[in-house]
Amino acid sequence: MKRFWAAILVACSLLASQSSLAIRPDEVLADPVLEERAREIGKQLRCLVCQNQSIDDSDADLARDLRILVRERLQQGDTDDEVLAYMKARYGDFVLLKPPMGPVTYLLWFGPALLGVAGIVAVVFFFRRNRERPDEPTLTDAERRRIAEVIGDRPEAGGT
Amino acid sequence: MVRRLAYLLPFLLLVIVAGYFLFGLERDPGELPSALLGKPVPAFDLPALTGATASEDGMNTDDLTSGRDVKLVNFFASWCVPCRAEHPLITRLAGMDGVRMFGINYKDAPEDATGWLQRLGDPYERIGADRTGRAGIEWGIYGVPETFVVDADGIVRMRHAGPLTPEIVERELLPLIEELQR
Repeated sequence: MKRFWAAILVACSLLASQSSLAIRPDEVLADPVLEERAREIGKQLRCLVCQNQSIDDSDADLARDLRILVRERLQQGDTDDEVLAYMKARYGDFVLLKPPMGPVTYLLWFGPALLGVAGIVAVVFFFRRNRERPDEPTLTDAERRRIAEVIGDRPEAGGT
Repeated sequence: MVRRLAYLLPFLLLVIVAGYFLFGLERDPGELPSALLGKPVPAFDLPALTGATASEDGMNTDDLTSGRDVKLVNFFASWCVPCRAEHPLITRLAGMDGVRMFGINYKDAPEDATGWLQRLGDPYERIGADRTGRAGIEWGIYGVPETFVVDADGIVRMRHAGPLTPEIVERELLPLIEELQR
């Protein structure tokens, strides 16, 4: 039984590490450091054909071309940022899966936080107003007497 | 009174948010922004399509930055079905006064491209053969067909991804060409 679970565990970890990389063996660089950088960059670049996949995940021809181009630029000594800038110059911000911070994207970056703050403020206001409502009706003297009467009249537990 | 107005606030918010979403609905998510708009044509130098019916010279950046005419650059391939669909429109546009039509043959086998042009007619003044697709990346294309409008100064003024349709030609392309010719 122990062996069975061990097998399952191994299978799962294999599956997990496999992911859906579309990189073909002939694209991989001999230099593992450069290849590692190429993978990091590839993860950040959008496959423009399939649009919600990174170029590393996509089987599209254009994604393959871009992967090869990334590796070529790295081999020519580009820094990671230079490679990303190169792609951005040709395909615009859209090629970056993580949108860059800028006036156009401020709403995108800060919108959710703003909404959250607005929500908290709204909740605080709501409860505060409910707690100290000034025109809350108070009991008249007659009502108080009547309540005292009713409470006083209540039979003791097990009285009867 | 102020309190009365406060009740309107959620409604106003709803209107704003709904308007925003409605605006989003109207927009085409397939519309692809080009980083080249308003910028000079990218640097490229392509060999000729050997055996092409038209020019044997190939095509490069200089072809698009010289002369006073409006230039159209059409990426096409013989394996691309929409290219075939837009071919009559490309031919029509190529025949217009003051418009020069350039073709970039994208990732195609030269003999296939030549046969395609012989069968359907060759509307291009010059054709560059982009066998690797590298020039395509310089232009930031996603696939074929794509068409760019380049003004007399070699500045990219419009990009259309996908096949041209009579509607797009009438509504966008022709007015722009007219404006650029003025």
